[in-house]
Order: sequence, then C-alpha cells, then structure tokens
Amino acid sequence: MTNNVRQISNMFMTIVRKEIGRFLRIWTQTLLPSVIMTVLYFIVFGAFIGSQIRSIDGFSYMAFIVPGLIMMGVINNSYSNVVSSFFGQKFQRAVEELLVSPTPNWVILLGYSVGGVLRGFIVGFLIVITAVFFVDLPFYNIILILLLFLLTALFFSLAGFTNAIFARKFDDVSIVPTFILTPLTFLGGVFYSIDALPVFWQTVSKFNPILYMINGFRYGFLGISDVNIAVSIFILILFTAVMFFVNLYLLKKGIGLKQ
Amino acid sequence: MNALDIQELQKIYPSGTEALKGISFSVEKGDFFALLGPNGAGKSTTINIICSLVNKSGGEVKILGHDLVKDNIKVKSLLGLVPQEFNFSIFEKVIDVVVAQAGYYGMSRHDALASAEKLLKQLGLWDKRDAVSRTLSGGMKRKLMIVRGLVHDPEVLILDEPTAGVDVETRREMWKFITDLNKQGKTIILTTHYLEEAEQLCRNIAIINHGQVIENTSIKSFLSRLDTETFVLDLAEPISNLPKSDLEIKKIDATTLEIKIAKADTINKPIKLLDQAGIKVISMHSKSNRLEELFVKLTH
Repeated sequence: MTNNVRQISNMFMTIVRKEIGRFLRIWTQTLLPSVIMTVLYFIVFGAFIGSQIRSIDGFSYMAFIVPGLIMMGVINNSYSNVVSSFFGQKFQRAVEELLVSPTPNWVILLGYSVGGVLRGFIVGFLIVITAVFFVDLPFYNIILILLLFLLTALFFSLAGFTNAIFARKFDDVSIVPTFILTPLTFLGGVFYSIDALPVFWQTVSKFNPILYMINGFRYGFLGISDVNIAVSIFILILFTAVMFFVNLYLLKKGIGLKQ
Repeated sequence: MNALDIQELQKIYPSGTEALKGISFSVEKGDFFALLGPNGAGKSTTINIICSLVNKSGGEVKILGHDLVKDNIKVKSLLGLVPQEFNFSIFEKVIDVVVAQAGYYGMSRHDALASAEKLLKQLGLWDKRDAVSRTLSGGMKRKLMIVRGLVHDPEVLILDEPTAGVDVETRREMWKFITDLNKQGKTIILTTHYLEEAEQLCRNIAIINHGQVIENTSIKSFLSRLDTETFVLDLAEPISNLPKSDLEIKKIDATTLEIKIAKADTINKPIKLLDQAGIKVISMHSKSNRLEELFVKLTH
C-alpha cells in the first residue's frame, strides 16, 4: 500500500470508527427503537389484523409486509444516523476538526455514509432476526436483497448528509423524516400492493421513489413485485450517484459549513 | 522560505462587511509571531482563512511556499490550529478527541495513540484521558485543544487566544510549553488579548485594525517607540503631601504614588527625591504593560 493510500485509509477508518462508536454508545436511541417498533407492527398488523386479510400473491399478509418493514427501518436509520451525527458535529463546531484537516471531501462523505449504511444494516439485520420468529421468510434472491439494501441505505445516508449541511437548527433535522420520508414510506407500498389501488393512485404511486425500493426488496425476499426490478435498480443507482455528487459540490463550496 | 506569506488578502462577507481590506504580511520559519488587534479587527477571519474555515474573497496565502487554494491538502497537513472557541465533541473521551484528530491527518491508530499519550502527559492530561471532554475544567479544555492541534506534529502552529480564561498557573505552564515548542523549531502564530503574553513570548508582531495591517515589526523595535513609562510605588507609611519637584508624580492614595518617567531619564532621580523627603518605598512595579500602552495609542 502506498503512503498516500494508507493515509486515506486511516482518515476513512477514523470517521467510520467514530460513527460506529457513536451509534453503539447510544444504542437505546439508535438501534432498539426500530426493533421495538417493528415487533409492534408484526403483532398488530401481522398477527392481529393480518390474520383477517387474505393472502397476497400466495403469501400471508405478515410475509408480505416484512420486506417493507425492513426497508422502512433501513431508510429511517441510515438517514437519521448521518443527519443527526453530521449536524451534531456542525452544531458543536467539531466539524471544524475535519475541515482544517487534509481529509478529502469524498472521504468525509464516504465515511459518514458508511456509518449510516452500517447502522441501517444492523437495524435491518435485527428486524430480519425478529421477523423469523413470526413468519417463514423465503429469501428468494439474497444477492438482490443485499444490493437493494446497500443502494437504499447509501442513498438515504447521502440524503441525510445533504439535510445536515443545510440544517441550521435541530428542528431542520426532523422536518424531512417527519413530513417527507414517513409519508412516502407508508405510501410506498409497505402495507399494501399498489394493485389494490384505483388506477389513478397506482399512477401517482409510481412517482414515489420509495415504492421502487420497497418492491425491489420485496422481490428479493418473496419473488413478487409491483414494479420492474431493473427499473428499481437503475433508479436507485442514478439517484445515489446524483446525491453523491451534489454533496461533493456542497462540501467543495463549503455551503452551510464555511462563510 | 517563509512559514506564512499573505498578499493582499481580502474578505467580504455576504452581508457586505469588508473584514479584510487587502492585508499583507509574512512570518519567517521558526518565528514566534503575534497577530494583534482589537475585537472585530479581522484577526480571527485571517486565521480562519489560513486554516480553510473561511473562503477568501481575494489575495494570496502561502504556507511554506504552498498555495492555500492550489495545494490545499498539503497546506492543511502543515498546519495545526488551536481555535478560540471550544470546538471538540463534548460527548467524547479526551483520548478519542485527540486520536480522531490524528486520524483525520492520515496517522495510523498506533502512531496516533503514541503521539496522544506523549502530548497528554506533557500537558498533564494523561490521567484525564478517559474522562468525557465536557467534564474537564476550562484550563484543561484549553490544554486539550493544544494537544489536539499538535497531535499530527504540524510545521506551523496557530493559536487563537489559547490562554483565554485560564488561571495564572496554567497560563504560565502553557507559555513554557509553547516556548519550548518554538525553541524546537516550530513556527508559532499567536493571537491574544493579553498583550503581556505577546510581549513575553513573541519576537515579531502584526497589528490589524479595521481590516488593515497598521503595524508589522519586531517587538523590540516596536517597544523602542515608547517614550515614557509609568511606575506604581507602594509606601511604607502614609503621606499627606507630595515633595515639590519637576517630576510627574501623582498621589493615588495615602500609601501609593504613580510616577511617569521619560525614556531618556533614569529611575534614580525620583527614588533620590523620595528618599530626601523621608518617604520610604517598599515596592515598585510598572503600571501597565508597555506593549499595551502602544497598542492603545495605535488602535484608538
């Protein structure tokens, strides 16, 4: 390994180690709530209400909602990890430690994003473990599951980073998850197939990017989807790449960070 | 080669405030340099531009010959900053704050831990390494910022008000530490409101006022411009009247006198006068810091 590559690797690992340490230190705030919430969803929507609902494409209602619930956990945790961590650093001005250092912008961005992806992965994994107590999951295509998880977690980590850059106060950190992410996730087919909607709302739903993520993920688990999987992957790769370069531009210009 | 070269540096904030109006000065390698000025003069803006925390509006900055913009990564690796405000994560342990900073400069964890241990021991913080940083006293927080600024062994160390709000003992300990660093060859650039600090530690100064450099010289030549000095004398017994003389003597209270002496005169003359009048002097000190007198004259 050349000296330069070793230095970059040390910079990257410092950020990742710090991020992992942060969310593990406050695991009751970062990891546990999603698991408890999902167990409640399983009990209420899966066991109590789900038993009254007919099967969808041959799968029980409980099995149908599991991929969406995992994706919901991944989206929320990847996003909130990066937005709260980076904004916290900004708020305490500790971000200046990074800005004065020779750590390149792409390493800062990648380091924080990987932190978000790892939290998303741990939460997703915990939800899967919880789910197998309630339902028999087929894991139709494990590579597709991992690919869609990775792309979704990365995209929302990057989106959280953008939110943190523009946020000026703590209220700004919760606006997007409350007013945009949660509605889009709930309307993205976590609890229903869009086939059950009138044609007009089916068309409207197709403008919701989270629909493609949830359905892609559901296809990975169950082998069924409301949308084309290739389109899902293409849209995710495109959005992730755009978000990455938007953040790099913001960091280069110092928007929200420098005067 | 100079450690720092600033040419026509300009900063206009989005609000339209012109914080720096094209300042120029240089700092030699190995120098102990003070950047002085009243509040809002442009000192912190200058430092923040050098350290890439503020974007400049015009001009040129070079660190050891490397351009701030064209060779930004190299410039950053040569600098260490001890900022004015506490800006470490208050939830992290002391050792983690320092080791993470070393990591941001590309140091391996092994080297970072070794460097952190050495510096924390030197500044008496080793016993506090596992304490959460917010629990440290004000003086310890200042020391932590010095350790953090030095952990990657920078060529140029910039200290922005490093001893603000610390007790005398800690301040003197920090002065000794910084002076030793300078003796080892590190270039030190200091801003401070304690002009005694600048007078004791630094060899050269630049004074900024209203975004312009109004003085850039050595401390020695700057102080040589001082034409009078005021001494405060504590008397053994109270006096009612002052002895008659052509000297500028002022009675502050019954046991305290203030004497202004021209630079060309000696201190023997007033002492002799008081002695002849039977007035016993038990102690004497300079009324104010000499640099402070000149500073006030220049900036007001």
